[in-house]
Amino acid sequence: MARPVYIVDGARTPFIKARGKPGPFTPVDLAVQCGRSLLDRLDMPRDAFDEVILGCVNVIADEMNPARVAALRLGMGEAMRAFTVQINCGSGMQSIDTAFRYIQAGNADLVLAGGAESLSHAPLVFRREAAEWYGAMATARSLPARLKALAGFRPRFFKPVIGLERGLTDPVVELNMGQTAEVLAHLFGVSREAADGYAVESHHRLARAQEQGWLDGEVEPLITRDGRSFERDDGVRPDSSVEKLAKLRPAFEPPWGKVTAGNSSQITDGASWVVLASEEALEDHKLTPRAVIVDSEWSALDPSIMGLGPTLCSTAILKRHGYGLAEIDLWELNEAFAAQVLACLAAWNDPGYCTTVLGLDGPLGRIERDRLNPDGGAVSLGHPVGASGNRIVLHLVNALHRMDLHRGIATECIGGGQGGAMLIETI
Amino acid sequence: MRPLSDHVAAALEPRQIELGLPPGAGQELRHWRYGRDDRGVVWLLFDKEGAAVNTIDEAVLRELDDILRRVASERPAGLVLRSAKRSGFCAGADVAQFAGAQDPDAVEQRLRQGHVVVDRLAEMEVPTVAVVHGHCLGGGLELALACRYRIAVDGASFGFPEILLGLHPGLGGTARSVQLIEPVEAMTMMLTGRTVHTAKAKALGLVDAVTEERHVAAAVRTAVTEGLGDRRDGLKAKAERLPALREVIARRMRREAARRAPPEFYPAPAALIDLWVEHAERPAAMRREEVASFARLLATPTAQNLIRVFFLREKMKALGKAGGRPVRHVHVIGAGAMGGDIAGWCALKGLRVTLSDMKTEAIGGAVRRTAELCRQRHLSRADTRDVMDRLAADPHNRAVGQADLVIEAVPEKLDIKRSLYESIEPKLKPQALLATNTSSIGLDDLAAGLRNPGRLVGLHFFNPVSRMDLVEVVRHREIFEATFTRARTFVGQIDKLAAPVASAPGFLVNRALMPYLAEAMAMLDEGVGPATVDAAAETFGMPMGPVEVADRVGLDICLDVAEMLSAKLGLRDMPGLDRLRRKVEAKELGMKTGKGFYPWSGGKPKKGAAGTPPEAAADRLILPLLNACVACLREGVVADEDIVDGAMIFGTGFAPFTGGPLYYARKRGIEEIVRMLTGFEQQWGPRFAPDEGWVALAE
Repeated sequence: MARPVYIVDGARTPFIKARGKPGPFTPVDLAVQCGRSLLDRLDMPRDAFDEVILGCVNVIADEMNPARVAALRLGMGEAMRAFTVQINCGSGMQSIDTAFRYIQAGNADLVLAGGAESLSHAPLVFRREAAEWYGAMATARSLPARLKALAGFRPRFFKPVIGLERGLTDPVVELNMGQTAEVLAHLFGVSREAADGYAVESHHRLARAQEQGWLDGEVEPLITRDGRSFERDDGVRPDSSVEKLAKLRPAFEPPWGKVTAGNSSQITDGASWVVLASEEALEDHKLTPRAVIVDSEWSALDPSIMGLGPTLCSTAILKRHGYGLAEIDLWELNEAFAAQVLACLAAWNDPGYCTTVLGLDGPLGRIERDRLNPDGGAVSLGHPVGASGNRIVLHLVNALHRMDLHRGIATECIGGGQGGAMLIETI
Repeated sequence: MRPLSDHVAAALEPRQIELGLPPGAGQELRHWRYGRDDRGVVWLLFDKEGAAVNTIDEAVLRELDDILRRVASERPAGLVLRSAKRSGFCAGADVAQFAGAQDPDAVEQRLRQGHVVVDRLAEMEVPTVAVVHGHCLGGGLELALACRYRIAVDGASFGFPEILLGLHPGLGGTARSVQLIEPVEAMTMMLTGRTVHTAKAKALGLVDAVTEERHVAAAVRTAVTEGLGDRRDGLKAKAERLPALREVIARRMRREAARRAPPEFYPAPAALIDLWVEHAERPAAMRREEVASFARLLATPTAQNLIRVFFLREKMKALGKAGGRPVRHVHVIGAGAMGGDIAGWCALKGLRVTLSDMKTEAIGGAVRRTAELCRQRHLSRADTRDVMDRLAADPHNRAVGQADLVIEAVPEKLDIKRSLYESIEPKLKPQALLATNTSSIGLDDLAAGLRNPGRLVGLHFFNPVSRMDLVEVVRHREIFEATFTRARTFVGQIDKLAAPVASAPGFLVNRALMPYLAEAMAMLDEGVGPATVDAAAETFGMPMGPVEVADRVGLDICLDVAEMLSAKLGLRDMPGLDRLRRKVEAKELGMKTGKGFYPWSGGKPKKGAAGTPPEAAADRLILPLLNACVACLREGVVADEDIVDGAMIFGTGFAPFTGGPLYYARKRGIEEIVRMLTGFEQQWGPRFAPDEGWVALAE
């Protein structure tokens, strides 16, 4: 019998919108700031952990292996083992899942698992031809050779390629993530109006949660060196409306696309941590568990329909436990794109899809909106890719407690054609 | 549409195409389904009964006519024309209806009926939109041109291939294309038969919008409600429409067309240019005259023979769908010019390929040439990457045991090949085929050394692999039928044409080609200049003269084949061997060494002016080739005349407008040919002795 694995606590930064230039925090800065608050409120020595695992997609050159840099900066001791995991948009959940399996197997008792991403720091990449020119300049020895190399310069070398844009484009099918959402919108008949409507609701829900203080304790403030502070997810637009969103131009496939900046997840910076413990660790450090991780699953599919990933892995979990929709009290389904979330919902309610693809006897059914992303999601608060998978698990635990519910699934689609899901029960 | 790859995607595949109507909705006719969507737009879906690809024939047009009449009275918000088939919009007219057409008047009458239908489409009062995915060729493009707007789904391609059949467009396409886009661009498309891909089509103005399948419904809505903008002529198009300039442009076109296809053999280009010059200002007149011109062309032997060639190609394609399990992994041993290019071609065509050679540099050369091939074919960055990923270097020959098919292209020495077979045979997968690309060693000799000779087959590719469509699939005494079938299927898999042949010296193509080359050598011996010899062959309609062919192939290779044939067939008087030997000794091997019979530079021979060919020069060159074809047929090297004709056209470029060597012989008269050969035999010697097979042919 595998050992049970508990979620003890967790905290995240506000997700702050990238505003066209590098933000004030690197991925490790973000991880350290919310990590400090989290570790401070746990009454135990920082070096008591066995391992630190951090999901991060866009690692910056100054912070290779950000998990280890964060562990050291968090004062967890020189002896702290730490490694970084990367599975694109699932990285923050992959860190939890890896910790979950280590603890289950008895290889660890107490793990700090997180995710951090600073999309505003995504590198500007020089064109390959520019790099080659620079290389030729650097290696030219004689004057004529240097002059010859110099003559090869072209003004376009100064025009960098935005690394983020490349990173959000699938190299195998050559579609960017927004285009994969367009594919799903077509395959499942999701209209622009429906996608915009979903996005508006996401903003309203987040605004309400912030107002009601439902994120207190989950979100710890960030402070810059020049004294500016961030207390809330700042991408939220409480006054968002379908009429306003209808005016936006399709972001990826104009003029007829349905996916706009308004109904897509926002590009933000942020980090999130969760503390995972075995039964022994709970006793040793007198910790109170808030939830238990029951199961997890990863799936993969054609990259051009990556947004359907959640339907595969979540359904696999449901089948394994003999559950239907009635048994799941709450869902956190990462909002990469409103159209993609709606396509997943449509797929679960689609007889053909459920029987041929998911191997069910009939449609799984409709997930009611009050059981799905109750406090908004990536459309309103942003999607710092390495952190999101961590955030949805953390928030699922908190939301289940607040709503006095018991069982939930956190799940996300993953660029490149995968999906991840985790089944949680509160204690 | 990119094919979706996994089971999730496969299940969603049918949802990809936007047909406007729910499945089964609307009126279902034999070739069309049509109905109104919820916005009042009528979708007209072309889905030809019992066919994988849409083609146009009278029945298709009659149904279309009925629908258009009915729809016109219903005043819909718009009309969409699109194909319901995954394979594409339309491949053009059903060529079968053209075969054997002799009477221009009857053709004209049928065509005029077609014009009535297409004109009706063009004159619809409601906005009409053609939505095009995949191929949109010939008559298909003419239908699309009759619509108000054309929306291309990315990946669509457009072309007028009629010229390749000795024709020009005949459903109003000549007039509508020059009206719509720059006349010179339209004429170029029609004169070359080249297809243009989506981006180019957009740039030309052939299509009004490009989108993805997922936005077709929205694009149609825009087209019907707001329109897709009006096209205006640019300066260049305006200039090209000036009558004063037109004659100048036409002169240049005539010159260029004559260079590619001599008008005495190929009348269509000139007819098309005349049509444009005379009627460019009066589209209705141009459409009317197009019908008459098309009907005249269709009755010419050139068009009828090219139509025959079209069906020969279809027949040989069908031979490549023989059955048996498809090959997924090919292992090629020997990364020289042939082996390396075969490997690259297979990778380009989607197979997993491992390429083995003791010299890693040789593999490197093959990889470089494959990358270059991808560039020439304008493959996208991702497609190129996938091709290169599929082509793996295997210097230690480790993958030989994993492949479904092992192709050996090592030097043409029996002992080298035998010792290779000895070392690899124990490692082959039980069901794997072993193929040899030999051109000069008998398959029976190679099979003799094998434990399981039944798995051996010959796959004789031609150089350059990427441009020559033909592969001779060679059988031998002990071959398993399953091996032979699967080898043909493989040839079809890589989009080549299979010519099944028996193992005999030179198989078919080299056997037939060699007397032609040898006779050219004989003329050189007689003091005729190489350019004059080549000109003689070109006056017959060969795309390239024999001396240039020899230089391109390589004189060392010519000598090898000539000696082998001469020895094995016991030919007493094959001319030219000494001349070839001297050239080879002097290391003047042709194009590859920069000097052969011609000096070469930049891949082109410097020929100089041709003189007057000696009497009957063309016949002296061609008749021995025909004679060898007949010998192959009589000996059973090839099963039937069609395969001989197809193989010689697709493997050597034998003048296609003749319909192939044996078809040509029949048209000219078997008796006449035999009489000429007998005359030549008396004049020049026994090499012209008519083969016994002519007798059977004459019966």
